[in-house]
Amino acid sequence: MTAVVPERPVGGRLIDQFEYGLDAPICLTWELTYACNLACAHCLSSSGRRDPRELSTAEAEAVIDELQRMQVFYVNVGGGEPTVRPDFWHLLDYAIGHDVGVKFSTNGVKLDRARAQQLAATDYVDVQISLDGATAEVNDRVRGTGSYATAVRALENLAEAGMRDFKVSVVVTRENAGQLDEFRALTDRYGAQLRITRLRPSGRGADVWDQLHPTQAQQRELYAWLLANGDRVLTGDSFFHLSAYGQALPGLNLCGAGRVVCLIDPVGDVYACPFAIHEQFLAGNVRSPGGFQRVWQHSELFADLRSPQTGGACTKCAHFDACRGGCMAAKFFTGLPLDGPDPECVQGYGETALAARDAMTVTPRSSVDHSHTGPVRGQPTLLGMPAIPARPTPAPPARPCDESPLAGMR
Amino acid sequence: MRGVLIDAPVAAPAGPTGGAGAASPSGSGVPAPAPSPGFDPSLPWRRARSVALRPEPFGALVYHFGNRKLSFLKSKALVTVVETLAEHPSADAALVACGVPAAQHAAYRRALADLARSQMIEPRETP
Ligand code: SF4
Ligand code: SF4
Repeated sequence: MTAVVPERPVGGRLIDQFEYGLDAPICLTWELTYACNLACAHCLSSSGRRDPRELSTAEAEAVIDELQRMQVFYVNVGGGEPTVRPDFWHLLDYAIGHDVGVKFSTNGVKLDRARAQQLAATDYVDVQISLDGATAEVNDRVRGTGSYATAVRALENLAEAGMRDFKVSVVVTRENAGQLDEFRALTDRYGAQLRITRLRPSGRGADVWDQLHPTQAQQRELYAWLLANGDRVLTGDSFFHLSAYGQALPGLNLCGAGRVVCLIDPVGDVYACPFAIHEQFLAGNVRSPGGFQRVWQHSELFADLRSPQTGGACTKCAHFDACRGGCMAAKFFTGLPLDGPDPECVQGYGETALAARDAMTVTPRSSVDHSHTGPVRGQPTLLGMPAIPARPTPAPPARPCDESPLAGMR
Repeated sequence: MRGVLIDAPVAAPAGPTGGAGAASPSGSGVPAPAPSPGFDPSLPWRRARSVALRPEPFGALVYHFGNRKLSFLKSKALVTVVETLAEHPSADAALVACGVPAAQHAAYRRALADLARSQMIEPRETP
């Protein structure tokens, strides 16, 4: 801990306590591999190819042992596509056997009937199938040809196996924002539960954010829909910036990055949030002495994140208590200051801020990129057929401070 | 409340402070429900067998492995009460033994009733 950490108040609202962080995360995302059979246009972790430095089975088991000791009661496992790791099913059993419940996200590629039956018979495991369109047309444009059929087959297998309460996880985009009721009907059909989350400009999401993030009109409709349906749909509390429309949405309206949430990536790097894979939000690695616990409890980055925001444009906004300035990752990857408005600020201040960005602003890009380099079968058509556009070579920083590890942090 | 990036169902946090016993998370606007008729403080209780407590600076995080609900105990005194329920013949006796001032007993009973409703504590057969 550094000396600058302000003193935690005693009592008061939980949200104020959470701003000071917890002894262990409430919820931890663990991406097991960067390998993926798909090449979704908006992948938050720029996944595709396996990284040769990924944690071995023994190292992954050691992480689980540590999570058990820290009483992290469950983890969100993702990737990449976690099920393509040959030891995935072993690690699942290992975690459950060590009091660490698992919810894993998958595109469904490995969920055949036998696996579905196995999952239905296992306690403490939750499955989440990703789907970004209620129709193949809308979904496959973003996730790739055939991905809708793969996901639906997995849903059928799970339902047939008697699995209850599995999730269908949807990233809300400009193209599917009008399909929320259809998504509900689809998930009801399989006895599943709908989960919708926010598109962030993270990973390859940065390439398509301008094109795909919901319009202001869609945000307003989404807000109304959430107020009407919020009790029956999961959101991972990702839409709390919409609370600034008026009535607060149910949930904890707070950016939990480094406070109650973090990410362990496939090579063991610990980031403040799964949407913040960038060296500025890298707190350490689970392979270093002291392991994950030391990173969580003693990294300087997390100590910095664990204090309430006291300055910046948003603190003067009448809606600050409801929206808390929105999502740190969304601001960062659109080149906005972290203490200013969210790019999708419902009061319109984000659009103003985006328009006012210096023409020289180079939006930060993660150096972590495992995207497929060659063509992928059924690749998304969103970016145009047939070739995947070449990755732009990163432009040099306009100002030296753009590369400072602390640029924009305060 | 579902938490940040968290979809686990979350029971209302239990805290002895505040009028309603359970503090609604910020801005949820949902009034805390009335105390459960199923909670009788004169009977023996215990922390539910499938429930784990994780100490935190403000109190504790509570997790139910069966229904996968998360909750929060908002004071350290309440944590002590919940952890020692099983050692006392009744919930009220636990409050006394833990040194909870009489003036706060009503608030603590409401917090325990909230925990009973979300199955974080359960009745014990033998006193
Ligand atoms: S200005 Fe900031 S606090 Fe106000 S609504 Fe916009 S993002 Fe939220
Ligand atoms: S950075 Fe954004 S996605 Fe991550 S915890 Fe904060 S608000 Fe949530």
